[in-house]
Amino acid sequence: MNDDRTETVSLGTLAHARSGDKGNHANIGVIAYTREGYEHLCQHLTAECVAEYFASLGPTRVERFELPNLWSLNFLLYDALAGGASRSLRIDTQGKLLGTAILELELPALNSC
Amino acid sequence: MTLRIGNGAGFLGDQLDAPRLLVEGAQLDYLTLEYLAELTMSILARAREKDPATGYAEDLIGVLRSLAPSLVLQERLRIVSNGGGMNPSACAKTAAKVLVDANLGQTLLGVVTGDDLLASLPEIQAAGCRLENLDTGEPLDALATPVVSANSYLGARPIVECLSAGARLVITGRVADASLTVGPAIHEFGWSWSDWDRLAAASVAGHISECGAQATGGYYRHWEDLQLATVGYPIAELDSDGHCTITRPAGAGGAVNRHTVASQLVYEIGDPQHYLTPDVDVDFTTVQIEETGPDRVAVRGATGRPPPDTLKVSLAYRAGYLASGQLLVYGRDCLTKARACAEMILARLRRAGIELDQTHVECLGAGDGVPGLHAPPADLREVLLRVTASDPRREALERFAREFAPLITSGPPGLAGYAAGRPQVRPMFAYWPTLVPRDLVRPAIDVRTAQEWIGS
Repeated sequence: MNDDRTETVSLGTLAHARSGDKGNHANIGVIAYTREGYEHLCQHLTAECVAEYFASLGPTRVERFELPNLWSLNFLLYDALAGGASRSLRIDTQGKLLGTAILELELPALNSC
Repeated sequence: MTLRIGNGAGFLGDQLDAPRLLVEGAQLDYLTLEYLAELTMSILARAREKDPATGYAEDLIGVLRSLAPSLVLQERLRIVSNGGGMNPSACAKTAAKVLVDANLGQTLLGVVTGDDLLASLPEIQAAGCRLENLDTGEPLDALATPVVSANSYLGARPIVECLSAGARLVITGRVADASLTVGPAIHEFGWSWSDWDRLAAASVAGHISECGAQATGGYYRHWEDLQLATVGYPIAELDSDGHCTITRPAGAGGAVNRHTVASQLVYEIGDPQHYLTPDVDVDFTTVQIEETGPDRVAVRGATGRPPPDTLKVSLAYRAGYLASGQLLVYGRDCLTKARACAEMILARLRRAGIELDQTHVECLGAGDGVPGLHAPPADLREVLLRVTASDPRREALERFAREFAPLITSGPPGLAGYAAGRPQVRPMFAYWPTLVPRDLVRPAIDVRTAQEWIGS
């Protein structure tokens, strides 16, 4: 079947996530529900798209690490916490909300390619 | 033999009843209690400055009191905790009183010190270690502000020494979280200090359990049916070959499945191929997880390499003060009013001649929890205004803290929530991430009976 529209799906249908702090850097672990989903994330959930999604937090760079056995990707958002646990003026000093926030990121749907 | 190690605390301020419920709900060989985040160390350092008999995790004392009956009944049970914080010996003396009160005066209590480098910083620098900031490369000499605390992360070795000396309760200062689990494993199984894969396996077990209920369904996305009110804390069952199963007490709430375990494995890590502890450099990417039964997940395949010959140092210095105040703003125009209130606070301060160093305004409920990610919803009816400021001058922030309540009568209508009182001004700390060569850090242990600790 041909469809001109690019179908998208929110990350939250493919994965869950947990985030936290490493000093002034935030980490977001994204855990796919299935191996197929993990492979899809490897292809589409790039460091660049996570950096763009969280651009308002001002990360200086975003690095992605792969954990294929755990169907997981780990993202490090450098300098994204406005000073971190001890100095940030934000209510979320430790980036705890980012794991919930990232689940709304839109990706190409699993069978759309 | 299978070693059962449960973790009953994930941070200072965690559930006070969790350790007792864990010990009563499962036959454990070891209970670990993890209390120290980086910020916690600075807060404890400040407490010790004010009163030399404090500076440890006081939660540990009440928890020990609640555990005393189990310590009497379960003769095998041992406890390892980093709740000694900035003052492990003072913590031990208070803990000893609890043991004596429970007729456990002959129990051996071991203390690990040597992580606190504050007094020896000049000596370390004189030995040629510049304690360079890992982010900026600057030597510590360049820091003009006094250092509040400097603690190197110790590994499992002094814990093993305490356990080998017969200690039933081990109280440490800044020890790496995972080492609280590695210590008992090495003591019980007699692993070599260069058996990297087994040290890695125990470190992974420690990492999974170190945040308490976050491994057993807490903070998990699919939390709805997990009865989190009674969530059971994690237990790592370790075999001598390093095979590990994560579980929780039968009958408790929460859940252990591949997703609760995986989400904790990736929590607060950097490069998963190099999870560094003082004991071992762990590769998380070789770890495999498998559900082997209800609320049982096998964790296998961790691999390890020798750790670096430097130790991480948590070094904090004073960075002025911080205060944060909140008001509830109600009505269809709540967002406009909230932003106007924040402006009024800052304008009135400027009129008084005070320009604050840094300020941050959040309209909570409008999406500001993650600033800039989403536009505010169109049908807002209330937001919580939060204004936060930092400044080197305490008195400037005291004045800032006064400006919230007057808005009730001299701001827009529809404000509430000032009854909680004036915001507190608190000191702020900054961190100087650095490394120290291992040979400049000298861990020490002190093992005595509870009775002897009281007399010490």
